[in-house]
Amino acid sequence: MCLAVPGLIVKIEGNRAEADFGGGVLRTALMDFMPGAKAGDYILVHAGYAIQILNPSDAKALITDLKEIYGS
Amino acid sequence: MAPDFLPSDTPLAARISKAIADTMQKIGRPVTLMEVCGTHTMAIAKQGLRAMLPAKLRLVSGPGCPVCVSAQEDIDRALALAQEPGVIITTFGDMLKVKGTETSLESIREHVGRAPRLGSLDPRLGGDLRIVYSPADAVEIAAANPDRKIIFLGAGFETTAPAIAASVLDAQRRGLKNFYILPMLKLVPPALRALLDTENKIDGFLLPGHVSAIIGEAPYRLLETDYKVPSVIAGFEAAEILRAVHRLLEKILSRDYKVENAYSRVVHADGNPAANAITARVFEPADAKWRALGILKNSGLAFRKEFQAFDATANFALPNLNSREPQGCICGLVITGRAQPSDCPLFGKTCTPADAVGPCMVSSEGACAARYYYG
Amino acid sequence: MRPGIIMDEKIKMAHGGGAAASRRLIEQVFLKYFDNKILRGMDDSAELPPCKGRLAFTTDSYVASPVEFPGGNIGKLAVCGTVNDLSVKGANPKWLSAAFILEEGLETALLERILAAMRDAANEAGVLIVTGDTKVVERGKADKIFITTAGVGEIPEGINISAANAKPGDAIIISGPLGAHGVALMNARHNLGIKSDIKTDSAPLNKLAAAAAQNGATVMRDITRGGLCAALNEIADAANVAIELDETLVPVEADVAAACALLGLDPLDIANEGRLIAFVPQQKSAQTLAAMRAVRYGEKAVIAGTVVSSGKAVVELKTKAGGRRILRLPEGEQLPRIC
Repeated sequence: MCLAVPGLIVKIEGNRAEADFGGGVLRTALMDFMPGAKAGDYILVHAGYAIQILNPSDAKALITDLKEIYGS
Repeated sequence: MAPDFLPSDTPLAARISKAIADTMQKIGRPVTLMEVCGTHTMAIAKQGLRAMLPAKLRLVSGPGCPVCVSAQEDIDRALALAQEPGVIITTFGDMLKVKGTETSLESIREHVGRAPRLGSLDPRLGGDLRIVYSPADAVEIAAANPDRKIIFLGAGFETTAPAIAASVLDAQRRGLKNFYILPMLKLVPPALRALLDTENKIDGFLLPGHVSAIIGEAPYRLLETDYKVPSVIAGFEAAEILRAVHRLLEKILSRDYKVENAYSRVVHADGNPAANAITARVFEPADAKWRALGILKNSGLAFRKEFQAFDATANFALPNLNSREPQGCICGLVITGRAQPSDCPLFGKTCTPADAVGPCMVSSEGACAARYYYG
Repeated sequence: MRPGIIMDEKIKMAHGGGAAASRRLIEQVFLKYFDNKILRGMDDSAELPPCKGRLAFTTDSYVASPVEFPGGNIGKLAVCGTVNDLSVKGANPKWLSAAFILEEGLETALLERILAAMRDAANEAGVLIVTGDTKVVERGKADKIFITTAGVGEIPEGINISAANAKPGDAIIISGPLGAHGVALMNARHNLGIKSDIKTDSAPLNKLAAAAAQNGATVMRDITRGGLCAALNEIADAANVAIELDETLVPVEADVAAACALLGLDPLDIANEGRLIAFVPQQKSAQTLAAMRAVRYGEKAVIAGTVVSSGKAVVELKTKAGGRRILRLPEGEQLPRIC
């Protein structure tokens, strides 16, 4: 029910952002729910709308935390 | 260029899997966990995670596939609208193959209006179906086709509701008078309540990560206060799912029923207020009929009065739907975790993805389809 | 070429009628792109030179929609598809036939683009299109153009390629990154707003297949509809073997992976038109891989799986996460999904 994909905002104008989802694949993402986002931010996109801003360091931190808990 | 956000880490996944086995040993009895979300069902199946879990740990699917939980009447309503002359049906690809009582969208496309690729489509015959990635695309189609009526099939949960609401607001702003939504939206927490109110042996819930990104943690508190069943909000990568499963087992062991967020890089405790505000402007909670669960109070979303002009149910005359459940299908038991797909006598024999009896096999997120394809 | 009336801008029923208009179509359009001694004979049948060894023969129909897509068109698919079916049988493709069903109203300019692509593909593969046919049907009875190609190839002595040859221990080579054609077609078919440079991977693989066959390959399959998943399942069923594929080794380019993620598609299931798989006994696999990488379209070939055992037909995937799952034949049209 919730396929959402991370993308990088390449440019943004009003509530329309153009996001790169990897390898140069671009699509418009509407920013109605993420008013503060700007170019260079990473966003999570569902059904053409950004539902969250992502911080790459959060993902890294998660792996670090898990490695601490479960050993590496 | 978007980085691979959570790159797979096979050794880490293996270690979490071992920890799961160890905790299961300590629990000392079989455990049943329910993954509520269809996307979780698919993520677990595609990443082959079942093979990494001990035999006594059972993962069952829940009512988290928006197409599978739609009542037969809702599907039939969509199919009736698809045959209306002058209508363009816009939909997520998921809906295309689902069967109603008499037919499916795919069949209508082929037999009624002729598939758009074969010469020019006659709008007088209906059957004009377009797959879209976003309800916003449906608004564009409405703007580009002022002489047609565009209906978007609004299936989904709280993750998708804001997008549908935002597209309605956009259509309103642009003065479009030919854009409609068929509302089929459902809400997750009432379904969890209904599941636990009936006889159900669910020891813990893997909560839907992206629904939670919208609604936050609070709506799940009923699991703690009213039912004392542990729950963990989980992401979709292998390590995140396995971590959430392990946390659920630890909570079972320690009788810790607090709702836990294991997907905090995406889910904030208060969800996404801007998204919720937009949903609330256009929609209000309403009773809704679910497959197998019946009518649940305030479990769906209906248009507020001021947006009636966009409600397909208020603007199209629908025939009497003699909706019937598909014969022999136990989809209702599967989505409530009371049966596994392999328990169904039709599974893999008379019910396969190519020729499905019920929605759980034909939907791209259906539990039966996942089991059929991925084992 | 007879002088006279210039070819029309759109195909009419008369162009399939066999009379002057048909002649016009053949002389002013088809012969512009397909021209060789055998074809010029303009007999009812093409006479082929005598052949020494075994012959391979194949046919396929092409009904792709839309007929043009990033990187190619239905014509390119029609030539490459038949060339590839012969090539993966270990045959050296030589002669093709091409039969066309044209929809009344088809723009001649579009037909010419399709024929130009067929000419280019045939030239690259070194095959001759030596005979053909054209019919025209009423508007609505065909989707612009349907093409059926058949092909004949010569199998060199000592080459024996068959799915039944698959044996435990065989290494499985994938000739290159997967999924580009399927994504390019899906983008062109549905307006999903995705902007990318992803082009079809449609290509003639005869030289690549020959390199594999001459360096130890015993099984080959071109990966088309149903993707890698379908190709492996067909071989597993034919040879009654268990195959294991390692997801970490399956090549997928970043842009195709991103498009698949957006659309909810699986690169293992979607169509390719210029990729093949080759099974090789373990001890020769390094040699085969090197030979394939030295040929155009094989530069990114990798070993991604093995034949594990015989006696039971199954294809299993070892996932990136370290888990396992079955890879079953996909059924029906791949559709984008959101939920």
